[in-house]
Amino acid sequence: MLPVPDQDIFFRNTPDSSGWIRSWLFTLDHKRIGLLYLFTIAVFFLVGVILGGLIRLELIRPGMNFMDAQTYNVLFTLHGVIMVFFVVIPSIPATFGNIFLPIQLGADNVSFPRLNLLSWWLYVLGSILIVCSLFTGDGPPDTGWTFYVPFSEVTSTNVSLAVFAVFVLGFSTILIGLNFVTSIHRLRCEGMTWTRIPLFLWSLYATGWIQILATPILSITVLLVIAERILGVGMFDPSKGGDPLLYQHLFWIYSHPAVYIMILPSMGLISEVIPVFARKNIFGYKMMALSSLLIAFAGSLVWAHHMFTSGMSDIAVFVFSLLTFVVAIPSAIKVFNWVTTIYKGSIYTDPPFWFALGFIFLFSLGGLTGLILGSAGTDIYVHDTYFVVAHFHYVIFGGLGFGFFAGMHYWFPKIFGRMYNCKIAKLSCLVLFIGFNWLYFPMLLLGLQGMPRRYYDYLPEFASLQFASTVGSWVLLAGLVLMFWNIIYGSLYGRSVAENPWGGATLEWQLPTPLPHENFTKEPTVTTGPYEFEDEERHEAC
Amino acid sequence: MKHASDREGTTFGMWLFLCVEILFFGGLFLLYAAYLRRFPDSFHVAVSGQSIVFGTANTVIMLISSWAVAMALSGVHRGFRLQSRRYTFLAFGLGIIFMLNKVLEWQDKISSGIYPDSSLLQTKPDGEVLFYGLYYLMTGLHGIHVIIGSVLLLVAYVFLRAERINQNNYAFLENAGLYWHSLTLVWVFIFPLFYLIA
Repeated sequence: MLPVPDQDIFFRNTPDSSGWIRSWLFTLDHKRIGLLYLFTIAVFFLVGVILGGLIRLELIRPGMNFMDAQTYNVLFTLHGVIMVFFVVIPSIPATFGNIFLPIQLGADNVSFPRLNLLSWWLYVLGSILIVCSLFTGDGPPDTGWTFYVPFSEVTSTNVSLAVFAVFVLGFSTILIGLNFVTSIHRLRCEGMTWTRIPLFLWSLYATGWIQILATPILSITVLLVIAERILGVGMFDPSKGGDPLLYQHLFWIYSHPAVYIMILPSMGLISEVIPVFARKNIFGYKMMALSSLLIAFAGSLVWAHHMFTSGMSDIAVFVFSLLTFVVAIPSAIKVFNWVTTIYKGSIYTDPPFWFALGFIFLFSLGGLTGLILGSAGTDIYVHDTYFVVAHFHYVIFGGLGFGFFAGMHYWFPKIFGRMYNCKIAKLSCLVLFIGFNWLYFPMLLLGLQGMPRRYYDYLPEFASLQFASTVGSWVLLAGLVLMFWNIIYGSLYGRSVAENPWGGATLEWQLPTPLPHENFTKEPTVTTGPYEFEDEERHEAC
Repeated sequence: MKHASDREGTTFGMWLFLCVEILFFGGLFLLYAAYLRRFPDSFHVAVSGQSIVFGTANTVIMLISSWAVAMALSGVHRGFRLQSRRYTFLAFGLGIIFMLNKVLEWQDKISSGIYPDSSLLQTKPDGEVLFYGLYYLMTGLHGIHVIIGSVLLLVAYVFLRAERINQNNYAFLENAGLYWHSLTLVWVFIFPLFYLIA
């Protein structure tokens, strides 16, 4: 294959294009917007990791070690706000979704390229606001990422600006969802029937609906917090007849579906990786697509399982507990179908596959611990303990994080036209996996022993597990450094690769590597499903 | 290649955005429902004190302006440029009158001492505090949307004059109109809840 001329590569400028900064900041090319998102999200991920590391450092032994209690409150609030709203909610849709959704559909762009750019700009605006909230007013917010009333109404810290940043980010999310849902409806190329769409896009489709339907509830909720703080309307203020519990309802009506905004794209991504490396058609395509929609639907009806101990009626507790168990069904369908796809496949154990296996294991553990939290009886026992923290990190970091890393290693050669060092990639996956469990498994045990979350200090009997967890955070950090160094080094100096190193059958693998400015020179026609492989297509990638 | 400039896709996107808007207001309707159930008596008392004249006038204005938008769009469809221009301007003007009316109504309320956190309101029962809180939040938020919608209609009017909106290219007017209708729809629900249910 001829090497692609420099000016055809999407991240290089054509000779006649406008200035370098202009051509990036005002680009309408979905691939460039995806990369912009990738870099900004990576920066926030770095910040979030450092904040998380500092929290762990403070908790290395009981008592005050490196910071006072107020700083600790600020750190866990910022860690939560940045990781949830700035990293994991946009993560896969905004980056890989942006880059590959139009290509996998056989289209030349998303439906609304300008809104796509606006979405990134709103993200930047939101991040500027959150940074401002740290250095203005009476100190950074200390409410925890959930901004629970009544504390968020009365604390003197700069909550108003922080929640306004979340409001702006909400817009950014909505625009992504709106764009993706419309694109999938309108821009499928010839032959791209609903049952030939790659499962990654099915998951983005389901995610898009949640983004559209759930995010406005968050928008209105955070606006109400601002109204409470500035005007004192009294909606959530018991002294004026308001009910703080209604805030929790409104918040979780968004924030529970939001965890499916986080995890569904990752599930879709794993559904791309597994068949490509098992060289087998995905097991149960239609159920995989349907289960994404079912998760999105059922996941929107379970929000109050965050509130079992809040004094809701017993009937409400029963109903929400039952519905929570219903979500386990489509999730389990996915896990079983991935495993069945691997069964009797001719497996290539390249790095993306390693990360995908890590995903399946960690996500399963996260899902199973979720059942303990979802059943009302056991939840009373572990509610608001480290068990919740561990469960959430298993699902989101273990699930979404490893899924994201799998996608990063899977699509890396397509985006950059180069290859990272596969041995180091596998090593980093292993270190990450060990460090991850080292960090979070002790938290599961701590939770079962009754250690409450968000506490600055703890009793001596928790000391050994807390210490173990902090050491684990260092191992995890080492894994992250190794992986990102490998990726960055590979993007600059890695060897060039052919257009289809893994032998994928979706449309992006038919395009030149690295991707060109113009996606398709002639309109593609699709005649087969996304996972019908021909083995001669596979090149030695690693 | 399927191109992004696809009118049906644009309308589809607009409808999705209207879902966003409805759910955005939905959060407040949810609060209204919860507090109405908790304080039915106070809500009854508070609604009885509302000025039905202002509310009814605004309902009529919103409905007529929605009709005007529909007339403007049908004018564009059939190539009647003058009709579409006039009706778009009418809808815009009615939007402004709606807002003026709203300002008068709020002024009236505020001068009689009823506004969030006011000392008069603090002496009233909890249910009335919440009712007026919701009243200001919901009509205020709706008002902000009406301002945005009026600006959109004004832009549509300018585009019509410049013939950037014409028989073949009217997506902007259509979407601005859809947005406007959604505001009428929201108002049609706000009206009975704040003026009629006594």
